[in-house]
Amino acid sequence: MSSNSQKKGFGATIWDYLTTVDHKKIAILYLISGGFFFLVGGVEAMMIRIQLMKAGNDFLSAGTYNEVLTMHGTTMIFLAAMPILLAFMNAVSPLQIGARDVAFPFLNSLGFWLFFFGGIFLNLSWFLGGAPDAGWTNYASLALASEGHGIDFYSLGLTISGFGTLIAGINFLVTIINMRAPGMTYMRMPLFTWTTFVASALILLAFPPLTVGIFFMVFDRLFGANFFDVTMGGNTIIWEHFFWIFGHPEVYILILPAFGIFSEIFAIFSRKRLFGYTALVFATILIGFYGFMVWAHHMFTVGLGPTANAVFALATMIIAVPTGIKIFNWLLTIWGGNISFTVPMIYAVAFIPSFVAGGVTGVMQAIAPLDYQLHDSYFIVAHFHYVIVGGVVLAILAGTHLYWPKMFGTMLSEKLGKWTFWFFFIGFHLTFFIQHFLGLMGMPRRVYTFGADQGWDLFNAISSAGALLMAIGILILLVNVVMTVMKGERVGNDPWGDGRTLEWAIPSPPPFYNFAQTPLVRGLDPYWIEKMEGNKEGMVYAEPLGDIHMPNGSFIPFVISLGMFIAAFGAMYHTDGHAWALPVLIGGLAITFGSMLVRSLKDDLGFHVTKEELIADNERIQREARALEGGKKGGLK
Amino acid sequence: MAHDTHDIHRSRTEFEFIKKKRATEMRGQLTSFAMMIFLTLIAFTLVAADFSNYLIVPIILLLAAIQVVLQLYNFMHMSNKGHGMMAFFMFSGIFVAFTIVLTMVTIVWW
Repeated sequence: MSSNSQKKGFGATIWDYLTTVDHKKIAILYLISGGFFFLVGGVEAMMIRIQLMKAGNDFLSAGTYNEVLTMHGTTMIFLAAMPILLAFMNAVSPLQIGARDVAFPFLNSLGFWLFFFGGIFLNLSWFLGGAPDAGWTNYASLALASEGHGIDFYSLGLTISGFGTLIAGINFLVTIINMRAPGMTYMRMPLFTWTTFVASALILLAFPPLTVGIFFMVFDRLFGANFFDVTMGGNTIIWEHFFWIFGHPEVYILILPAFGIFSEIFAIFSRKRLFGYTALVFATILIGFYGFMVWAHHMFTVGLGPTANAVFALATMIIAVPTGIKIFNWLLTIWGGNISFTVPMIYAVAFIPSFVAGGVTGVMQAIAPLDYQLHDSYFIVAHFHYVIVGGVVLAILAGTHLYWPKMFGTMLSEKLGKWTFWFFFIGFHLTFFIQHFLGLMGMPRRVYTFGADQGWDLFNAISSAGALLMAIGILILLVNVVMTVMKGERVGNDPWGDGRTLEWAIPSPPPFYNFAQTPLVRGLDPYWIEKMEGNKEGMVYAEPLGDIHMPNGSFIPFVISLGMFIAAFGAMYHTDGHAWALPVLIGGLAITFGSMLVRSLKDDLGFHVTKEELIADNERIQREARALEGGKKGGLK
Repeated sequence: MAHDTHDIHRSRTEFEFIKKKRATEMRGQLTSFAMMIFLTLIAFTLVAADFSNYLIVPIILLLAAIQVVLQLYNFMHMSNKGHGMMAFFMFSGIFVAFTIVLTMVTIVWW
């Protein structure tokens, strides 16, 4: 539909995004809301660092500190890192496999809105009597004793957003198994698609234990059950098991797509095919498997006994092997390559030493006797920030620069990007490197203050200064985004000039049907192959031009999610004995199930883009491409 | 639309081949049906013969596992082509669930 390219009013654009089932627009929604929660989590991080800036500080009270700390972790993991990675998965992986959309576009939209309302629900706790305060791990013995509704916000909010993530994971699995273009065999899939695939499998297998754990938690707190209450015959350790059976795969759900993004970057900007592609694929799968066999290493000091500790310690150390395989393959991809140090590549190069540092401290903690010394100290804080910030956040920043042109059709400024990088990278190491030593000096994690006579003042002050640098880096990124959007300089298909995979063979942003004709894939890095053989179009086609069947947009996912959001308030306030709570609970569920019923009963067969419309649209695309060529040459260089 | 129409013309050889394949499949189904009845008989006999529970329970669990596999492969078409990914995911899921249950049983409740 060529009408798609017409300018729309503000209201129409909002409505378009509320009802969209297009994976590229859902990607933008994920990026914006994930980015918003990233800023919220960042402000919380700054508050933590301000509080710990000097000994005996009273910027935050002890109780508020616990809330800020809990919400920082919860927000960053569930509402920032995962959604932003889902944004890239949505934006890129259907394009990389030559698909017109994901397998279930409606569910894709539902997944987003569930995540969004879950996140909003969780964050409303700040305004409605206090946020959760039992840490992002929400250990049952703390959580059951927590006053107020903070923990209920946590469990209900994560239930709702967890549904969304599970739906997204299943959707990507089905998409990647079933919707690959002809010739796109598993061993020709780009690494980012592979990591999306394995991360989705981890989502599928890891979220049910979390759901079960949170379900028990909700019943314990709201409906008088005793799953975790030791005095009533429950077992408080079971929460820890459930949480970490989910929690450990969760960190791989975060890091694998990050590995995928870096794999793409290394190949593109070294202008070489990935070294050891097969090894990288199998290392990814292996990491996925091992991820489920190591959760008790978070619980060495619980007292599981020497046998269990030994088994889990060994299993944990084994994970270093496939991760090491990946590191060496990336290094050998760069080796002898024709490297260009663009912003994404700088992030990728910086990622290797940062992540390896985090990995090495991880192996240290896998040694159970040593972990008894390190447990619950700032050493642990330093370790997981090294893997998550040094791995996942660097990947998110790199991915933002790399895929921005594909998602929005404009290019982020390289100059400002480099400023962001240096502020963020120096700030990151300044903040967290020194925390290793704070940990070894005995500073426990999660404390809201410390004494002046403990000798931790200087290192904490340095750490807080580093956090400030990171914040400046992120602010420069925001300025960069605003300036890029204001300037609105369009770029062509392959703005980096060295794209290898299918997403760079189509316009930026792609038309809503992605590929007018399904491409035929002739090998790994299909776009690179066509470029090297002098194919100006960048693709060979697997089918003649014909009508394309596309799904209609729908407002129902928004309404389904809104219903659950409303029902969660009813469930929570029901325990306070409010008369209105039960009707709200029932009403919310009625909205949810009612809209599901509407969806089931009303046939929505989608629409067809006719061949004539495709030809017209193609002419428009060609015209715009010529205009770009004629004007200032788009993209890099 | 235009891409989706399929015309099926089978040659004589193809027809013979499919016929033979279906016969084999049928034979497989009948065999596994007989085996399942036999396995059930063993289970009932074990209980009726009043063996120790420590013998009966693991054996019955094992027989049940065999039955599930027979059911999946011979009646739910997992032996057919194109089910590789499905099998991979099922067995990964079973494997993950099994390790978790095993750990729970051995280190939490033992």
